Amino acid sequence: MSIIVNNVIKGFSGTEIIKDISFEFEKGKTNLIIGQSGSGKSVLTKCIVGLYEVDSGEVIYGGENFSAMNKSERKKIRTQIGMLFQGSALFDSYSVEQNVMFPLTMFTDMSKEEMLERVNFCLERVELENKNHLFPSEISGGMQKRVAIARAIALNPQYLFCDEPNSGLDPKTSIVIDNLIHDLTKEYDMTTVVITHDMNSVMEIGENILYIHEGENWWTGDNHSIVTTNNQEIGDFVYASEFMKQLRGKLI
Amino acid sequence: MNLFEHIGRFILMIGQAFKKPEKWSVLRKNFIIEINTIGISSLSIVALLSLFMGAVMVIQTASNIDSPLIPAYTVGFATRQSMILEFSSTMICLILAGKVGSNIASEVGTMRLTEQIDALEVMGVNSINHLVLPKILASLFIFPFIVLISMGLGLIGGGLIGTQAGIITLEKYIMGLQYYFDPFSITYSLIKTLFFAFFIATIPSYFGYYVNPSGGALEVGKSGTKSVVASSMVILLINLIITYFLLL
Ligand SMILES: Nc1ncnc2c1ncn2[C@@H]1O[C@H](COP(=O)(O)OP(=O)(O)O)[C@@H](O)[C@H]1O
Ligand SMILES: [Mg+2]
Repeated sequence: MSIIVNNVIKGFSGTEIIKDISFEFEKGKTNLIIGQSGSGKSVLTKCIVGLYEVDSGEVIYGGENFSAMNKSERKKIRTQIGMLFQGSALFDSYSVEQNVMFPLTMFTDMSKEEMLERVNFCLERVELENKNHLFPSEISGGMQKRVAIARAIALNPQYLFCDEPNSGLDPKTSIVIDNLIHDLTKEYDMTTVVITHDMNSVMEIGENILYIHEGENWWTGDNHSIVTTNNQEIGDFVYASEFMKQLRGKLI
Repeated sequence: MNLFEHIGRFILMIGQAFKKPEKWSVLRKNFIIEINTIGISSLSIVALLSLFMGAVMVIQTASNIDSPLIPAYTVGFATRQSMILEFSSTMICLILAGKVGSNIASEVGTMRLTEQIDALEVMGVNSINHLVLPKILASLFIFPFIVLISMGLGLIGGGLIGTQAGIITLEKYIMGLQYYFDPFSITYSLIKTLFFAFFIATIPSYFGYYVNPSGGALEVGKSGTKSVVASSMVILLINLIITYFLLL
């Protein structure tokens, strides 16, 4: 099911950060929120998942108005949301296995064996077999991201959010993570929302793109239309380096 | 934010902490972990402090008695009174407010900074309940034992130095310990301890939980300092209030 954002406005102490954004994040696609640093990508995402309350407007999950729900009504939606945070946000005091098991322990009545089976399935899916008993501090940044993905998909979510999944990763690992997110989206037919300012990701997995400029919905499209658009800000974003600008001259 | 806004938000946090937990089994597990981090890991420092303080009190009391009219057992009596009434509860809790408090503030603050708290909330876990309740329960449970241990060791430390240095005989010391002993003094100390324990767990949790994540590690460090200062002041204030009502 899709996520629809209607006229969302959000500010902090008088400064409006998100200025009337509307957009539909489509099911079975990797939807991207892109834009420069400080443009409001994280704030918008936190409004969508309910970490921030919107000042006005609404967020609709599969036809249900999430913004109008109270805490206990939201819980039902929350267990269908998986989220990958910028810094992975793994629980430091838990092992890899305990991290992935945590949502299962909290929200299911599975037996220990069933949980372990699910954990191992998720860890295998992100190609992290036999790392169960390591701690987050003992594994690399790319592995931490993959553990966080395994934790995010543990409850078989319908919605997956990824806040800058590539930040702090080398280009090769970034592509591995991007592809993993893309494949999982197709496999489980999830509505995936990826925040990024990485042009590689945009080109690789940008099926449905929302470009935010200073808190406004500035442009929407996909990875094909983004390279040919005449929009000034998009052009500056896509062709940020001199090298790319020259390349653009040759392309268009 | 002014003091009243802080107090308001603190009370709301306590309200959230005492909501029904998602899973009792998870609470039980976290409770045991917290008993270890808050209580067991503090035992060695408490033991050391208490033994030495008991010893010093015996020496000081003895050195201040010049008059032959004051009986020797006064040394035991005075040491007992100071240990039980103030040192083992108030002083030990003040010290633990520093040790345990900064530990809790940096743990919770780091979880805020690294979005672990956001991760809990997005999953649908009540993060305050999940993080703070086990700390409150563990503190309320373990602090009375810590204080009792401190009382015992303080008196033993005093006895050891008193007899070994030839300040007082064991019989006289024990006689002093028993002289006009009112068991209520221990009850009074333990009542104070429960209040201290509650605030040692909750004030640092508060400062850690509401740390401004854009301030980074610096803010987390400051939250530790703030929580030690605030909880020490609350301990001193509560000590005054409870002593006034229970002993006057
Ligand atoms: N909790 C907050 N309080 C006040 N201002 C905030 C808060 N969170 C974000 N901002 C501001 O909102 C703007 C957008 O931030 P953000 O969404 O994090 O940008 P990005 O697009 O890089 O993710 C920034 O100017 C930031 O300072
Ligand atoms: Mg961001």
